[in-house]
Amino acid sequence: MSELTELTIAEAARLLRLHSISATELVTAHVEHIARVDPLVKAFLRFTPELYEKQAEEADRKLKREQGGLLTGIPVAIKDVLCVKGVETTAGSQILRGFKPPYTGTAVSRLFDEGAVMLGVTNCDEFAMGSSTENSGYFPTHNPWDLDRVPGGSSGGSAAAVAAGEAMIALGTDTGGSIRQPAAVCGVVGMKPTYGRVSRYGLIAFASSLDQIGPFARSVEDAALVLEAMAGHDPLDATSSDRPNDVRRDLDKGVKGMRLGLPREYSQVEGMEPGVNAAVREAIKALEKGGAEIVDVTLPHTDYGLAAYYIIAPAECSSNLARFDGVKYGLSVQDVDNITDMYMRARRQGFGTEVRRRIMLGTYALSSGYYDAYYLKAQKVRTLIKRDFDEAFAKCDAIVSATSPVVAFPIGSRTEDPLSMYLCDVLTLGGNLAGLPGISVPCGMSQGLPVGLQVLAPQWREDVALRVARAYEVASGVKAEVASVG
Amino acid sequence: MPLTRDQVRHVAQLARIALEPGDEEFYAEQLSGILEHIDRLQEVPTDDIPPTAQVVEVTNPLRDDVPRPGLTQEEALANAPAAVNGFFRVPSIQDEA
Repeated sequence: MSELTELTIAEAARLLRLHSISATELVTAHVEHIARVDPLVKAFLRFTPELYEKQAEEADRKLKREQGGLLTGIPVAIKDVLCVKGVETTAGSQILRGFKPPYTGTAVSRLFDEGAVMLGVTNCDEFAMGSSTENSGYFPTHNPWDLDRVPGGSSGGSAAAVAAGEAMIALGTDTGGSIRQPAAVCGVVGMKPTYGRVSRYGLIAFASSLDQIGPFARSVEDAALVLEAMAGHDPLDATSSDRPNDVRRDLDKGVKGMRLGLPREYSQVEGMEPGVNAAVREAIKALEKGGAEIVDVTLPHTDYGLAAYYIIAPAECSSNLARFDGVKYGLSVQDVDNITDMYMRARRQGFGTEVRRRIMLGTYALSSGYYDAYYLKAQKVRTLIKRDFDEAFAKCDAIVSATSPVVAFPIGSRTEDPLSMYLCDVLTLGGNLAGLPGISVPCGMSQGLPVGLQVLAPQWREDVALRVARAYEVASGVKAEVASVG
Repeated sequence: MPLTRDQVRHVAQLARIALEPGDEEFYAEQLSGILEHIDRLQEVPTDDIPPTAQVVEVTNPLRDDVPRPGLTQEEALANAPAAVNGFFRVPSIQDEA
């Protein structure tokens, strides 16, 4: 029954409700498919049979009594930065090897409350720092469309799992593009919500003013459903909003009469591939055909976004990652002379190259004598970037562009030069700096590899981003397909 | 402005990250390259621009200060690399006189 691993939530929910299949059968089909393809894709760090067996049985009991929730019996994969009680959670890092959280984070527990079934923990760049999943402290993940290429990152394991049919949906986190970029290069749908839409309680923090949790799925409708299940105020995260959870309200209204902005600067960024540009232009034509009006907008500080991001994110990470000291959990060095030596050696051994690089950069930017020149300056430029978006949204309802300027690149091709890796996020990180919701939907292929269309909307207008993405999906007929692996 | 090896040693000490052979040269080169890109921020006039620390409307949400269950001592220590008598064990931080 391999087709069970190609269903959307809507299709699976119908079969489950009609009792044509059971939740246990659906999970078993995924577990068997994983056994075939994951040795090649390596999307998962670890599996959670103790959870999925029980959760599937519980889902079947509820379905029998016609008491299912939004996600009853739906198999989900969880990125290794989201705490799940008793399940080893390591942020892709050796420094947390063996760590078993004493509680489950809010986003995950809300999916569990709706009946989702957790298959396992997906690979990612260490502490979500990277754009290729090559910075994992364990092993790289492979792109299901071409196993010699990266799946993007940092949520590469989640994107690859959904693209390969190993999970119906997955959770990721997006600090500078870590959901949207891997979704684009793996040919699936991925969404970063507005900052504050989803509680971050139980998320291992990277950059606290930028981090958001969001879904991966194979349709816009599925992504919207998962987001709705997670969204809403949580007393355990003071930055979570109590605004109405109405993200799905206009999903099928189409784009007729909407104004979609094309930022001049976004099609001209460094390293933009002609094939990506061409696929995105075709997508915009399809939206125009659907009745949208295309307007030119400008985001004049685009060129400074990367520089501002690479001060703010490392500065916040250098503070957040101070807690990993080899005392309370994780890797520890015991044969030491004094406690400072203990901290320093544990952090040298436990953190990988990119994480150490960013902690050093952030520490430098915050250090005495440099704070004004770097951190304060970057925060002021962040204001200008936010204002650029405010002005653009005065002229349009949503902004459309490529998600990533490049298709999936060969494993190893960008690891030597950190800047070339950082440039992968140049079209997505503006959304984080300005706190906007953004979605990536598949919009065709270039060089035989998936290309993503990004839709950015004003804060709290996930409904708009989802509506445009859904309209594109309908108008183009381009669907997120399951890649055939091996 | 390229980073010197002295600065790398200072930052590594602040960040509590030990340096191993080759690390000083590695960080000096890599961080200098990134900082060169970042220095373009200095081109942007920002004299009258307020800084943005976070981007959504903020109201300092407060909740009632009522006790609620937290982690037990066993749960808090469950992941400890070394625990003794209900405490995390670390090397002595004061010299014995």
